[in-house]
Amino acid sequence: MAEYTLKVRRYQPESGEGAYWEEFKVELDPSLSVLDGLLQAKDRDDGSLSVRCSCRAAICGSCGMKINGQSGLGCKTQIGEAQDLADKRASTHSAAPGRGSDDGSISDSPGVAEAEEAAPILVEPMGNMPVIKDLITDMESTHWTKIRRVTPWLLPHGEPPEREYVVEPESMIDITQSMACIQCGACVSSCLSMEADPDFIGPAALAKAYRFVGDPRDAETKERLHDLAEDPHGIYDCTHCFSCVDACPKGVAPMDQIMRLRRKAGEDEIEDPHNGHNHEMAFVKIIEQKGTLDEALLQQESYAPGVKGKLKPTRGAIEGLGKSLPTVLRAIKSGKARSLAKLIPGIHPKLPGGAQDEVKAIYRHAREHNEEFNIYIQGEEDVEPEPDETEAEEKV
Amino acid sequence: MKLAYWPGCVSRGFTTELHGSMAFSAEKLGIELVELDRANCCGAGVIAEHNQELADTLNARTFALAQQTGLAMMNICSTCQGAQSECQQRLDADSAYRAHINEALSGQGLEYIKGKDGFENKNFLWVLVEDYGLDQLASKVVRPLSGLRVGPFYGCYVVRPKDRLGYEQHPDRDIYLEKTIEALGGEVVEYDGARKCCGFPVITMNRETSLRQAGTHVGDAIDAGADCLVTPCPLCHLNLDMQQPDAAKIVNRDLDLAVLHLPQLVGLALGGEPKQLGMSKHIASTKWVEERLAGAAAPA
Repeated sequence: MAEYTLKVRRYQPESGEGAYWEEFKVELDPSLSVLDGLLQAKDRDDGSLSVRCSCRAAICGSCGMKINGQSGLGCKTQIGEAQDLADKRASTHSAAPGRGSDDGSISDSPGVAEAEEAAPILVEPMGNMPVIKDLITDMESTHWTKIRRVTPWLLPHGEPPEREYVVEPESMIDITQSMACIQCGACVSSCLSMEADPDFIGPAALAKAYRFVGDPRDAETKERLHDLAEDPHGIYDCTHCFSCVDACPKGVAPMDQIMRLRRKAGEDEIEDPHNGHNHEMAFVKIIEQKGTLDEALLQQESYAPGVKGKLKPTRGAIEGLGKSLPTVLRAIKSGKARSLAKLIPGIHPKLPGGAQDEVKAIYRHAREHNEEFNIYIQGEEDVEPEPDETEAEEKV
Repeated sequence: MKLAYWPGCVSRGFTTELHGSMAFSAEKLGIELVELDRANCCGAGVIAEHNQELADTLNARTFALAQQTGLAMMNICSTCQGAQSECQQRLDADSAYRAHINEALSGQGLEYIKGKDGFENKNFLWVLVEDYGLDQLASKVVRPLSGLRVGPFYGCYVVRPKDRLGYEQHPDRDIYLEKTIEALGGEVVEYDGARKCCGFPVITMNRETSLRQAGTHVGDAIDAGADCLVTPCPLCHLNLDMQQPDAAKIVNRDLDLAVLHLPQLVGLALGGEPKQLGMSKHIASTKWVEERLAGAAAPA
C-alpha cells in the first residue's frame, strides 16, 4: 500500500463555474490502476466525482483520460507507474511556473511539487473533445461523427454468397491490427493534427477506414481511397507525430494504418489536390537520382511534377509555389540559401564516387523483390535456431 | 571519443548552420567525427510510406557504412533518428528479412550485422547525456548560459514511439534536453509544446495546419517567458524558425523567438561566438539571446 495524490481536472456544468483542479489522497497498491484510485476517491471523498468506466480490464474502452498529460485508459495505467512519471517530470522544473496541457508535457498550472514530496498525478479528461462533466467527454461530436464519416461497414458487390464469405486467413493479416480497436478515443485525444485542425478525420476513424480498405471482401476500396485522399482533412492531414501510436492501449498504431492508406492510394496513383502523392513520389525519385535531398527540386516537384515538360502548372501548383515564395526569399536574405544548388531545382550534387549507383541498385532490388505490401514486424526478437537444432534438422 | 557521423540532408541544405555548429562543438568537446559522406537520405518516413523494403535497404546501407568504420553512429536530426530507428527495428527483428535486405547490399561489399560491436545509432542529444556525460559537458563550459531561459523542443521522432526508441533502457530520454540546458547553466522553461509536433511533415499538404502547430508552440514558449527554443531536429527548425513569420500570421500574433539548434546552444556555452555558430543565418532574430548572455535583464 502506498499513498498517492491524484490531482483531477474537475468541471460541473450545473455549477456555472469554470474547470478547476482538486486533489484527492488515495491509498492503494502500486500495481493497481489510476482508475482504481479515482474510484476510491469517489467512494471515500466525493461521490460526485464523475468518470466513465465498466470492465476495468482494458476491454470496454470507457475510461479514456489523460494521465500526466498522456492519453490512455485509466484502468490500464498502473498508479505506481503514473507516480514515477509524475516524479520524473517534476524533476525537470527548474524555472517558470508549470503550464500547458497535452501530450508529454506536464499539464496545466500549479503542478510543481514541494521538495521531498511526491508530485501529484495529474488526471484530466481526454483532449480534442468537449467535456461534459469532470472526466467524462462528449465522444459523439468528435469521435463517433468521424467514425461514421468513413462508412465503417463492409461494402461488397454482387450477390451475397449462400453461406458466409470465404477469405484466405493470410489475406486478413493486414487488417488484424486495425480490428483490435476498442473505440476508446485515446488516439483522438492525443492527436496533434486535430489540435491544429479540428476537422481532421483523425486517427481512430482513419484506422477504421483501413480496416475496410484492406479487407479483401470490400468492393469499394478505390472509392474510399479517393474520398480520403481528396478530403482536405483526410489522410494527408496526418502530421506523422506518433502520438496516437503511443496513446493506443490496444496496439492498433493508428498512424501506421494512415500510412498504409497513403501507400494504397499511391499504388492506385490517386492524385490528391493537396500534393500528398506528388510529394511522396518526388521525394522517392530525388533520392534515387541524388542520394540526398534536393530541397529545391522537392519543392517544385511536389507542387508541379514535371512542370518543365508540361509547361502547364495547375492553379494549385502556382498557388502552392506562390505561398512558399516569401519563405524562399527570406532564406536567401538570411544567407540560408545563397548557393545555386539550394535555389535551382535539379543541380544538387549526387553522392560521390559511385555511391549513387549503389543507391540506384537498391531501388532496383526493392522494385524487383518487393513482394509484401506491408511488412509486419512488431519488434519480436528473432529466434535464431540453436546450432545443435540446425544440425539435427540437416541430418534429417 | 570517435564516432561515425551522419549529418543528414537538411543540415547540409537549408540549415548549414547546424552542420557548422556541430563541427565547432565536437571539436571543443574533443569528439572526433568521421563523416559518412557516401551515405544516403534516411527517407524521413516518406520513403517508408511509399515502400518499406526500399527504406529499410537504404538505411541498412547507412548502418553498414557506419559499421565498416568500427565506430558507433551519431546523427544530428530527430527525423533521421526516427526514420532510421524504424528501419532498424524491422531489420533487427527478423534474421530472414535481414538476410534478404543484405542481399541487396552484397554487390556493394556491404552488410548490416545486427548488434555488431554493440552497434547503435544515436542522436547527438543521446550521445551527450549517455556517452559523453553531462558532468564532463559541464566541465567544458566556459560561458555558462546563466539567466538564459530556454524552452526545449524535442521533435516527435526522439520521443515517440517509446517502444522503438530505447526508452526501456533509457527511460529519461524525454527529459534529456532539460538536463542538458541545466548542465550548460541555462534555465529550463516549461511550456506546452516541448514534445509536440512542429507541423513540418504537412507543410506541403496542409500549410495552415502545419503553421498553426509551429505558431502555437512558439507563442506558448514566449508566454512562458522563454528567451529561445532549442531543438535537436533541423526539420523542426525549418518550421519553427524559417517559417516563423508566416506562422505568426496564421496564429495572428507577434512571434519572433530565436530557435537554436542543439549544437549551437552547446557551442555558445563552450565559448563560440553567435556568428561563428551560424546564428546570423536564422530568420527569427537571435540578438536577444546574445544580449541575455551579455547580462541583459529579462523584460518585466
